[in-house]
Amino acid sequence: MTDTSDISSLIAESATRIFHDRCDPQAINNAKGVCWKEPLWRDIEENGLTLSWVDEERGGAGVGIAAGFDVLYVSGQFAIPAPLGETMLAGWLLSQAGIAIPSGPMSVAPCTRQDRIFIDKKGALSGTARSVPFASETRHLVLLAQGEEGPVTALVETKDCNVKEGTSIAGDPQGKFSLDGVTLLAQSALPPDIGSDVLMLLGAAVRARQIAGGLQAVLDLAVEYAKERIAFGRPIGKFQAVQHNLARLAGEVAAADAASGSAADAIHHAKCFDEAVFLEVAAAKIRAGEAAGEGAAIAHQVFGAIGFTQEHILQRYTRRLWAWRDDFGTESEWAEKLGRRIAAAGADQLWPILAAR
Amino acid sequence: MTSETVQGIQFDQVRLPPEAQQLRAEVRTFLAEEIAAGTFDPHGTRESDGFDREFSRRVGARGWIGLTWPKKYGGHERTFLERYVLTEEFRVANAPTRGHFVADRQSGPMLMKYAGEEICMDVLPRICRGECCFCIGMSEPDSGSDLFAAKTRAERVDGGWRVNGTKVWTSAAHNADYMIGLFRTSAPTQENRRHGLTQFLVDMKLPGITVNPIPQMTGSLDFNEVVLEDVFIPDSHLLGEVDMAWKQATSELAYERSGPERFLETFYALVELVRLLGDDPDLRGAESIGRLVAQLHTLRRMSVSVNGMLQAGKEPVLEGSIVKDLGTVWQQKLPGRVRDLSAFADPRSANIVSFHEQLENAIMIAPKLTIQGGTTEVLRGIIARGLGLR
Ligand SMILES: Cc1cc2nc3c(=O)[nH]c(=O)nc-3n(C[C@H](O)[C@H](O)[C@H](O)COP(=O)(O)OP(=O)(O)OC[C@H]3O[C@@H](n4cnc5c(N)ncnc54)[C@H](O)[C@@H]3O)c2cc1C
Repeated sequence: MTDTSDISSLIAESATRIFHDRCDPQAINNAKGVCWKEPLWRDIEENGLTLSWVDEERGGAGVGIAAGFDVLYVSGQFAIPAPLGETMLAGWLLSQAGIAIPSGPMSVAPCTRQDRIFIDKKGALSGTARSVPFASETRHLVLLAQGEEGPVTALVETKDCNVKEGTSIAGDPQGKFSLDGVTLLAQSALPPDIGSDVLMLLGAAVRARQIAGGLQAVLDLAVEYAKERIAFGRPIGKFQAVQHNLARLAGEVAAADAASGSAADAIHHAKCFDEAVFLEVAAAKIRAGEAAGEGAAIAHQVFGAIGFTQEHILQRYTRRLWAWRDDFGTESEWAEKLGRRIAAAGADQLWPILAAR
Repeated sequence: MTSETVQGIQFDQVRLPPEAQQLRAEVRTFLAEEIAAGTFDPHGTRESDGFDREFSRRVGARGWIGLTWPKKYGGHERTFLERYVLTEEFRVANAPTRGHFVADRQSGPMLMKYAGEEICMDVLPRICRGECCFCIGMSEPDSGSDLFAAKTRAERVDGGWRVNGTKVWTSAAHNADYMIGLFRTSAPTQENRRHGLTQFLVDMKLPGITVNPIPQMTGSLDFNEVVLEDVFIPDSHLLGEVDMAWKQATSELAYERSGPERFLETFYALVELVRLLGDDPDLRGAESIGRLVAQLHTLRRMSVSVNGMLQAGKEPVLEGSIVKDLGTVWQQKLPGRVRDLSAFADPRSANIVSFHEQLENAIMIAPKLTIQGGTTEVLRGIIARGLGLR
């Protein structure tokens, strides 16, 4: 058997190559129109990236959870404007439920705290899902619905749904789906050890990892810029105030990386989604979300006015950092949940809970 | 992660191995016995008073000092991750580790790197037995962040060096057996203003050394002024190269910066907040506890990772500095956050009195956390250098 870290680095390299060729942020920023979209998706799909979390028996790449998260980190480094993470999540949900995976881009729902989707015994769907990423750009939507006997994975075609389309703060499509009476392509119960909160949990881990990648790229850009941009006769990176801002940015990058990497690793090794996984993922989404806000603010300060233009690629990153921190639960929402669990466990359990990992 | 980045900040995924968690259980049992025996108060004042030579001896007898050091020096050749666990359990319990902690963390490793074999064979085993307390003699009245302004002079004399000058803020000097001192042996050169300083191992019982206490704002007597008057130091106590301390004193290693003491100093304030707000806090309390726990969990993951990377033979210098910066700033802000969040707590809460006592203590010690061992500003300069900006 090949070492999982070898697979991870191979697949991360191939992802880097694809994103470099097909969604280089500067090239996309310069492009008129959306001619880059189709070849990007084709390469992502042909190289099996979308099926990272689907077992080989189901036609997937079966590279494992960890390698999938590495791909997502790289996707963050390129501020990916395509539903890769969403399609990976959809593939995971479908394969857990034993449903065949269709080709093409997919998204998942519900992905906010408030939304619930229901499915009755006859297979009739009801409910709304807000802020569904990439909405009409997807071919299928995979739902985690509440069945009468537990969580059910359901597959529908996007074109069959009533979608109210908008855009996220990143400018990517985002939609509100009305699912009442939409025709099912397939449905199946999830295994009993997978709860209805699993989509929010995995989705949060996906976004945290993407944020970490995005922030790393932002740090690289900002440091390079600080070395090149001259003010008062010297590179701005020679000014102590700028140096200290960049040191703080490095701290945010490091925190997002460590927290999200730890969560990904915890999921990779988990036998089930227990309290420990919850702590890891909640902490990662909270801390990476905070880092996204702080990091974006510092980076913009370093770049001055040029970073505030559409022409500059900084906004491709910072707007996605802001979008990703909103998806699958904000910092505040996860913090409230985590805080309640800590409080319920009691003060004297706080240290044992932290130190157990 | 494998992708290339210019700055290359990397935190390997490291989990505490079973032997480390096994050690944790042993340490907890030991500390519970010590608390039961009245050695220290786990909720007592969190500062400086933690010097207890007998306690340090018992820790040494357990084999818990010099955990990672070679056996020939009395060490135990165990891992950095085990040392990590040991350190955090002692901190969280408020154990009196003053008698051995500095020697264990930095003075011992310093000796191993720069002292002669005879000194190592003499001093290191005594550190491991908990019999040797160290202090750090770097700062002077006119030399703090700018270490290279140090003026205390060491002049060559027959068979050794004669030292004259004054060190300040020397923590634990009144209890210390040895100091690692930074003295001027030559003038700085035109090309290198950092040239001319040398490090020495100083026996604190030598004639000519006077230790005067400087009370801290908390009332604690941890600070000292150390006056050196014609103190004779033999050649054998020279550490490393003459005039070249700038290479040694500044090569403070990642493990000195990234330990759990960099974020757990005010942790008790968070524990007491959770107690105060109870098992069903309001929305604000719940959210805030969640954020603080997420931040602390992240700092722990970072610190564990750095220690794991050290164990694997890597040199996560930039990562270590980042942990110290984030950690010290976090633990400094924590008491203020806890104070805000306690404002509307029920005044009849069972722990309200001890809560306020502990919070006051945490607020009062907070300022030092971003000064000792190098200020935030200096540390950010080091990180900026790691980023290639200096
Ligand atoms: C609790 C405690 C224990 C200590 N224990 C010891 C000990 O055991 N042994 C020992 O030798 N020392 C000890 N120190 C001293 C400590 O190392 C110094 O306080 C520290 O290095 C700062 O030096 P300073 O106090 O002289 O401040 P200064 O160097 O005068 O700095 C004052 C302020 O100016 C800022 N500053 C200085 N230079 C720069 C710069 N280049 N750029 C930007 N800002 C700058 C600093 O960051 C700080 O905010 C201890 C200090 C404390 C608080």
